[in-house]
Amino acid sequence: MTARPLPIPPRLVTCSVDGAPVAVPQGSTLLDACRQAGIDTPTLCYLETLAPVNACRVCVVEVEGSRTLVPACSRPVEPGMAVRTDTERVRLSRRLVLELLASSVTLDRAAPELRRWIERYGADPGRFGPPLPPTHPRDAAAPGHHGAVLVDGAEACHQPVKDDNPNYVRDYARCILCYKCVEACGTEAQNTFAIAVAGRGFAARISTEYDVPLPDSACVYCGNCIEVCPTGALAFRGEHRMRGEGTWAEERQVVTTTICPYCGVGCNLELHVQDNAVVRVTSPLGHEVTRGNLCVKGRFGFQFVQNRPGEG
Amino acid sequence: MDLRLTSTPATAAERAAVDGLLGPPPLADGRVASGGHRARARRQQLLPALQALQDRVGWVSPAGLAYVCERLTVPPAEAYGVASFYALLATGPRPATVVHVCDDIVCRVGGAGARCEALRTRVGPGLDEAAPAGNGPPADGARVPAAAGWVPSPCLGRCEQGSAALVQRATADGPALRSLGPAPLEAVLHVLAGGEPLAPAPAMSAPQAARSPRDPGLRLLRRVGLVDPASLDDYRAHGGLEPLRRAIALGPRGVLRELEASRLVGRGGAAFPTAAKWRAVAENPVQPHLVVGNADESEPGTFKDRVLLEADPFAVVEALTVMGVVCGARQGYCYIRGEYPEAEARLRHAVTVARQRGLLGPSLLGSAYAFDLEVRRGAGAYIAGEETALFRSIEGGRAEPRNKPPFPSDAGLFGHPTAVNNIETLLCVLEVLRIGGPAFAAIGTGESTGTRLFCVSGAVERPGVFEFAFGVTLGQVLAAAGGIRSGRRLRAVLLGGAAGSFVGPEALHVELTFEGVRTAGATLGSGVVLALDDTVDAVDCVRRIARFFRDESCGQCVPCRVGTVRQEEALARLAAARPLGSTAAELDRLRDLAESMRDASICGLGQTAAVAVQSALRMGLLPAASERPR
Ligand SMILES: Cc1cc2nc3c(=O)[nH]c(=O)nc-3n(C[C@H](O)[C@H](O)[C@H](O)COP(=O)(O)O)c2cc1C
Ligand code: SF4
Ligand code: SF4
Ligand code: SF4
Ligand code: FES
Ligand code: FES
Repeated sequence: MTARPLPIPPRLVTCSVDGAPVAVPQGSTLLDACRQAGIDTPTLCYLETLAPVNACRVCVVEVEGSRTLVPACSRPVEPGMAVRTDTERVRLSRRLVLELLASSVTLDRAAPELRRWIERYGADPGRFGPPLPPTHPRDAAAPGHHGAVLVDGAEACHQPVKDDNPNYVRDYARCILCYKCVEACGTEAQNTFAIAVAGRGFAARISTEYDVPLPDSACVYCGNCIEVCPTGALAFRGEHRMRGEGTWAEERQVVTTTICPYCGVGCNLELHVQDNAVVRVTSPLGHEVTRGNLCVKGRFGFQFVQNRPGEG
Repeated sequence: MDLRLTSTPATAAERAAVDGLLGPPPLADGRVASGGHRARARRQQLLPALQALQDRVGWVSPAGLAYVCERLTVPPAEAYGVASFYALLATGPRPATVVHVCDDIVCRVGGAGARCEALRTRVGPGLDEAAPAGNGPPADGARVPAAAGWVPSPCLGRCEQGSAALVQRATADGPALRSLGPAPLEAVLHVLAGGEPLAPAPAMSAPQAARSPRDPGLRLLRRVGLVDPASLDDYRAHGGLEPLRRAIALGPRGVLRELEASRLVGRGGAAFPTAAKWRAVAENPVQPHLVVGNADESEPGTFKDRVLLEADPFAVVEALTVMGVVCGARQGYCYIRGEYPEAEARLRHAVTVARQRGLLGPSLLGSAYAFDLEVRRGAGAYIAGEETALFRSIEGGRAEPRNKPPFPSDAGLFGHPTAVNNIETLLCVLEVLRIGGPAFAAIGTGESTGTRLFCVSGAVERPGVFEFAFGVTLGQVLAAAGGIRSGRRLRAVLLGGAAGSFVGPEALHVELTFEGVRTAGATLGSGVVLALDDTVDAVDCVRRIARFFRDESCGQCVPCRVGTVRQEEALARLAAARPLGSTAAELDRLRDLAESMRDASICGLGQTAAVAVQSALRMGLLPAASERPR
């Protein structure tokens, strides 16, 4: 038997969060420290299973001695850091981030926490005026230019719903550009790179090459992008249809945890069932092997359990 | 990763363009893997390969992009993400000739707004402008063949000449980019009608150097206009290569001591001590080290680096070589904005000659030091001048900045310890070596040592680059440029560029030092001194600045991506006297936006996107906003 050295216990670093000392293992982020201190910190682009891109800026905190606010989700704790999470500056920036997002994209299908944060920070998305109707196709926007600025409202991110494959729908008018799907499709999980951020500035958008339909892209329909999307921009086709029809009822859904029947890996599945039909498949994010990821079979291959005549 | 590419084959021209850069394609051999490390090493060729397509066929077509992806093993979605980021690359079909017509803040003072309006009526809307509803075919008069089009452009860095324009023409041979300047309406129409772009007239870009006798106080500009920019021998005859010799004799530690004594700080905007930056890289135990010259100069109103690159390119090569020696780097890069084709050509020529003559290569001037330099061309993105964005651009990505820390001295280009400096800073280093650190520190004031280049433009008689020892006042700088044009009255000065602040005539006595402008609530930034007289439409200028930040935001972070849009909208409403709610409510919104952009944005672009706007409001430059109680 080979002797295995015991792992070196991580060294603790101590910082203060809102005045109270907090000791966290070296390498932890300010977000970890906030969570340990029991402080609810809003996050949109952060996910435990992905490398932080710190793009949304809703998690910013004040660190003593820093000129600007810093993103809690990615900044490592340094010994002696003094962190404030509820100052005027922090509240203002968090409120503005929420107002700016809500003034430009449709958030009614976003994760419920988002609505809670909008309330907590008193965000008023309407203060920039009513969302304006589309003026140009976003998918063709040229970098460095934009059309006339209109004075009667707030320009918004309109894009027609992309319903181009049998499995899932992309509704980028709901996209907050959190980069999570791009990460999940790329180096963080799937290594397929079917989607990326294209364009720049306000016209930046998630896209395949030249906006080709998904079947012409590299997509393998693992659905890992759907799993991480916080806004409902990416959704199972059935879910999208039911929401449109008004029949989607999360409160009537039952989640059954099971194991994928297809191959020997045996990924954990969570089948979301409404009215005796599977309407969505997820996988537990905390599972140490699969970390929320599945392949096309586990994610979308559930028709056989409910094959009913007349349904595709 | 398996590449899935469109099955449409690239055209012969597209293949030729890409193969011209990458060499002929290897013979297909299914047994040899071409992914992994080797593919990652090829990624940095992505931007040059896309540029090769653009230069040759006028756009990056799906088939052309697929061919690049195949050659470099890059996923097409990512390559499209890169291609669609840069303003000088087109991802849709375009006319073979496109004239980028500057309509930015300085050219506007000279009537660029009217020039674009005239183009709109005589030629039709710019290529990327949404055609206004009900717009008919272009009016008769100058009928433009579909082979040509125009597009409004942000500052092209030729502000001292005014009416700048840049011609982009798909071609199999010769340069695809050429500067026009100054280009009045007729010159633009001439190119749009198929005519050859007229070479820009030799410019008097540095009036102090053009004067006879030359101003003896010139240090950074001492060779400008005097030396043949194509001749290494002439460069040497004018004092070139002495600094490098001295650096080699002193060794890295010795040079760092001189730099420390000089108290030189960076001229690229952040005023960071150069010695500290270089020491951090030189002493970093992680190898290899890299050095980068930042010649992306895209801050509206800035053109000093262009003048240095065009007139004294060997000095830039020499300074980067010194930087390599001191920082322990054997490889350097110079990233130069795509809108500077003439400067790029001269720099490339200088690098080639330097290599032939042993000034770059395995043994510098016969010493044990080795260094080589690669020139990289930008593709139309102000944000690529931000140092971490610049790294990503060279690496073959979208020029998106990242959060610091980690700083470039720990994790820079390709993840290696990297020092990056502005071109003017680098020329200051040569001066430190020429006269010694203490002598350099004796020039200027306590906190601001040495000389500074000022890009004086707008409503002055003799716009251009001026060099002064720190301590000169704003009024003296304007006077050197001949004062305000034809007896008009000064209304405001934009100090530091679009990311800077407006100051009023009461600031004429302010010393243009780091500490002096700070007390006036401004910054020196990139050395922009843009004078606005009482005929200039200040509201229009402020709105153009807001538009610039919106157009140049990389789009990563919410405060900047959406905040710059909301800021532009609020200014449009104020200008139209149609505030949402009340004027006070608009000002409240603008203040909230300013605060959150400054506090919560990732990089300096978002952090400064509201600075000029807020200073204009404070100064009352926006009449609609000034009758408010505050
Ligand atoms: C949006 C943005 C654009 C920038 N553009 C430039 C540029 O074009 N040239 C430059 O030298 N520095 C530019 N900088 C500053 C660089 O990030 C960096 O600080 C500088 O190159 C360091 O050189 P220095 O120490 O010699 O000043 C820019 C910064 C920001 C935030
Ligand atoms: S389904 Fe999978 S492969 Fe397709 S875009 Fe989403 S993450 Fe990428
Ligand atoms: S589609 Fe969803 S996951 Fe992807 S960037 Fe948009 S909001 Fe984020
Ligand atoms: S501040 Fe603007 S330019 Fe800078 S990273 Fe954020 S979005 Fe990009
Ligand atoms: S969660 Fe930290 S920046 Fe988005
Ligand atoms: S070149 Fe036109 S504003 Fe600088």
